Amino acid sequence: MLRLVVRRLLQLIPTLLGLSVLLFVWVRLLPGGPAAALLGERATAADKAQIERALGLDQPLWVQYGRFLERLGRLDLGTSTQTGQPVWDEFTRAFPATVELGVTAILMAVAVGIPLGYFAARRRGSWLDVSAVSGSLLGICIPVFFLAYLLKALFAVQLGWFPAFGRQTTGLDATEVTGFYVLDGILTGEFDASWDAVQHLVLPAMALASIPLAIIVRMTRASVLEVLGEDYVRTAESKGLKQSVVRGRHVLRNALLPVVTAIGLLTGGLLSGAVLTESVFAFGGIGSFIKTAIDQRDYPVLVGFIMFIALAYVIINLLVDLAYSLIDPRVRVH
Amino acid sequence: MSTKTDKIDRLAELTASRETTTGNSLWVEAMRRLRRSKMALIGGVIIGAFVLLAILGPWIAPYDPTDTHTWRGEVLTNQNIFVGPRAENWLGLDHLARDEFSRMLIGARQTLLVGIVATLLGFTVGALIGGASGAALTLGGAAGKRFDTVVMRFIDMMLALPSLLLAVSIAAVLGQSLTTVMIAVGVVQVPIFARLLRGAMLAQGGSDYVLAAQSLGVRKRRIALGHVLPNSLSPVIVQSTLSLATAIIEAAALSYLGLGNPDASEPEWGVMLAQAQGYFDSAPMLAVYPALGIIITALGFTLLGEAMREALDPKLRS
Amino acid sequence: MPLLSVDELTITFSGRGSRDVQAVAGVSFDVDQGQVVGLVGESGCGKSVTSLALMGLLPSRGVTIGGRADYDGTDLLRLSTARMRDLRGSQLAMIFQDPLSSLNPVVPIGVQVTEILKRHRGMKGEPARKEAAHLLDRVGIPDPTRRLKEYPHQLSGGMRQRALIAMAVACAPRLLIADEPTTALDVTIQAQILELLKELVDEEGTALLMITHDLGVVAGLCDQVNVLYAGKVVESAARRPLFAAPTHPYAHGLLGSIPRLDAPRGEPLRPIRGSINDRIDWADGCAFAPRCDSYTMECLTGTPQLTEPHTPGHLARCVNPVKHEMHGDGGDHGNTADLKKTEAGS
Repeated sequence: MLRLVVRRLLQLIPTLLGLSVLLFVWVRLLPGGPAAALLGERATAADKAQIERALGLDQPLWVQYGRFLERLGRLDLGTSTQTGQPVWDEFTRAFPATVELGVTAILMAVAVGIPLGYFAARRRGSWLDVSAVSGSLLGICIPVFFLAYLLKALFAVQLGWFPAFGRQTTGLDATEVTGFYVLDGILTGEFDASWDAVQHLVLPAMALASIPLAIIVRMTRASVLEVLGEDYVRTAESKGLKQSVVRGRHVLRNALLPVVTAIGLLTGGLLSGAVLTESVFAFGGIGSFIKTAIDQRDYPVLVGFIMFIALAYVIINLLVDLAYSLIDPRVRVH
Repeated sequence: MSTKTDKIDRLAELTASRETTTGNSLWVEAMRRLRRSKMALIGGVIIGAFVLLAILGPWIAPYDPTDTHTWRGEVLTNQNIFVGPRAENWLGLDHLARDEFSRMLIGARQTLLVGIVATLLGFTVGALIGGASGAALTLGGAAGKRFDTVVMRFIDMMLALPSLLLAVSIAAVLGQSLTTVMIAVGVVQVPIFARLLRGAMLAQGGSDYVLAAQSLGVRKRRIALGHVLPNSLSPVIVQSTLSLATAIIEAAALSYLGLGNPDASEPEWGVMLAQAQGYFDSAPMLAVYPALGIIITALGFTLLGEAMREALDPKLRS
Repeated sequence: MPLLSVDELTITFSGRGSRDVQAVAGVSFDVDQGQVVGLVGESGCGKSVTSLALMGLLPSRGVTIGGRADYDGTDLLRLSTARMRDLRGSQLAMIFQDPLSSLNPVVPIGVQVTEILKRHRGMKGEPARKEAAHLLDRVGIPDPTRRLKEYPHQLSGGMRQRALIAMAVACAPRLLIADEPTTALDVTIQAQILELLKELVDEEGTALLMITHDLGVVAGLCDQVNVLYAGKVVESAARRPLFAAPTHPYAHGLLGSIPRLDAPRGEPLRPIRGSINDRIDWADGCAFAPRCDSYTMECLTGTPQLTEPHTPGHLARCVNPVKHEMHGDGGDHGNTADLKKTEAGS
């Protein structure tokens, strides 16, 4: 197990190094070069000259790359041209919001998607199956930001069931501990703050969950259908086991293996979706931040965030792989 | 008395009355299943209508997409008052007082163009990378393996970036234009196609018929290109149909982030949707029209792609 | 009264948009207490489907089952799912062809053995584990306590089949159905597994329904043999008479197509030409006629009946049964000699 972790961590190094090279090159390719990237397009010539010297752009490329890496290592990603704050600070402030949103969305997608996919497969061809399959096909085809607008217009503006913006009602006196608002409320005993945060989470999380939900439903359905035809399910039936045992131990346990992998791969798409959903709901997470950064051509923020998001994605998939090896004995051995 | 000919005739007659099960090739069989699939039919009809619209749209559009129209002698722009559907403008006017119906018709072509070019780009580059990698691995040897490792590290790197951010990064370098959107959306598809083709070739490479061909002394290059590659293409072809759907949706997302085609004379559904979001509270239909266009089209490609996947899946063949 | 009496069993598959396929077209046979009965035929003859129908393991949709299968006074085909679940594993048990795919890959062997003890014998915890280890030991798996914690992929093919047999005999069933239990195994392992089955059947008095295409297995194990073709029994006899004087041309051909070491040098093999797809409907005549060398016009009019053409108790469904001279060389392939050898070997 430990060897597997170490090996997988070592495998990450070339990927991340390559990514840093790409980002390094990317900044240099941007219109106006890195100076403009750091200062924005409105920089004066004098500013530019100064920053180019400061960045050591007169040095050979590999030296420049070395410095870039070193700054990455120190988490020094420059300052946002919009807010003047260090990018790292902005990131740590926005990160909990997105994690909270993403985790809620995935939980929603799993909680609804796995049972739905399972029952769709069991009653193949029934109205439940047909609607689950067509619903999931539709879910993939609706642009996330449009769905977010629809949900907002219906449930927040028209019906007023949920708040339309932000993570917290303004004026709510909540103590911040971790930055995860739901968790903070529980930790400090301010349960009204937790409830408030949950209400703010519902709509964006629903919009964000649409694509993962669609994918999980289809994957679960396909996987259950495949497992139902496996010989070992027939063996289990031939032993006269209780239906609950056949379904739980023999069907679901095997059928969920590919779904677990899929959930890991979904996180990348989740971050794309977060950029879109968060900006619709002004959620104040990484997604909102990236959207503004794109609008404002705030390149330091983009570079920093992309690097961290890639890192997060890679780590999540590592964790999923490890989780997979825990539930599938066949992988554990090799 | 039964003579020998009588016997044979009778037997022939009885055997002929049974449905003969003849083996068809994979593709013939897949086509037969595809024709029977309801999903493929619906998808095909949607795509057909969409392509027809894309071809004919600019000709049947009643107005130029940039013409402004008046309401009671006034051109209404950005006033939060919108002209709804009326006799001259079937779908009303947009926020710049342009005919929404004409823009939708002309937009179909731009949308299809973005989808096709982006997918073609992703397909070509991805298939080249994946094919080269898969062939290198199939041909074997330490060099082939090393080549594959390097290429796949690169592909994994691309996959580690959320697709939208990858597209945004590319768009940031290339500046705002239709070409940018196509390239950005296309590049996002590259790693998917590459992985898929390589994976399929790898699976084929380990199969018995490759072993058989090798033992018969067929040249490795011929095995890789003549046997493994063609047999690995079906998932890639399915994926390209599905990719047309994602490309159109992805392009809309890029437009929403303000990176779409800024040229007003070339309206594209994604751009129209993105612009209409700003007026969602006062004129939701302006967003709904292009959104429906995108959803239905994407659905058409998805349905056809899924039907193809099912038709080609050897596990589902009876 | 036989333990199991199958009477005119028919199984029809109907798929959407395709023609109905009658996989089993009226099969009848009996299995007595402690008897080993073979169902023999090439793939597609309906033997596996028959076994699945008896166990109630066929899907409910798209399958129509007719006829009767009386087990201990009840018709298995009309039993409620709940009753069937109680019988399966406790009184009726089954062993399948591919031991690897028949075991759940992500559940330890121990759990897969104990779950059946829990279900039918109400055992729990340590006693169940002990009993499971005992069962593994009994089917010849060394170091059973360690094996209980292992997963199927950690076992060899023979071990896996032994584990499956352990599960099947866990509740001392009265009828054991084995569907090609040795086909996926190496020849040396095959013999061991057959030996084990024979041992268990002898010790417990369990009846065994052996489904196979392998005549060697039949020769070594079965008391009574039913030869299936295109969903019907075409010949039914005790083992010796069947091997000595196969009466239906199909059974005759089946025996004739086995390569023999004692055949004269240069004598060609006599395969049955064509495949099971070259058949006509039983309603029109003998399904085997297109592949038969001696069919007549009579074979092509109506379903031939099971008769006793030569000796009592030796049934064949043929209007032109193969004739065997009692001491001649022509009809007898020397199968009796072959049989003796197999018997001596086992």
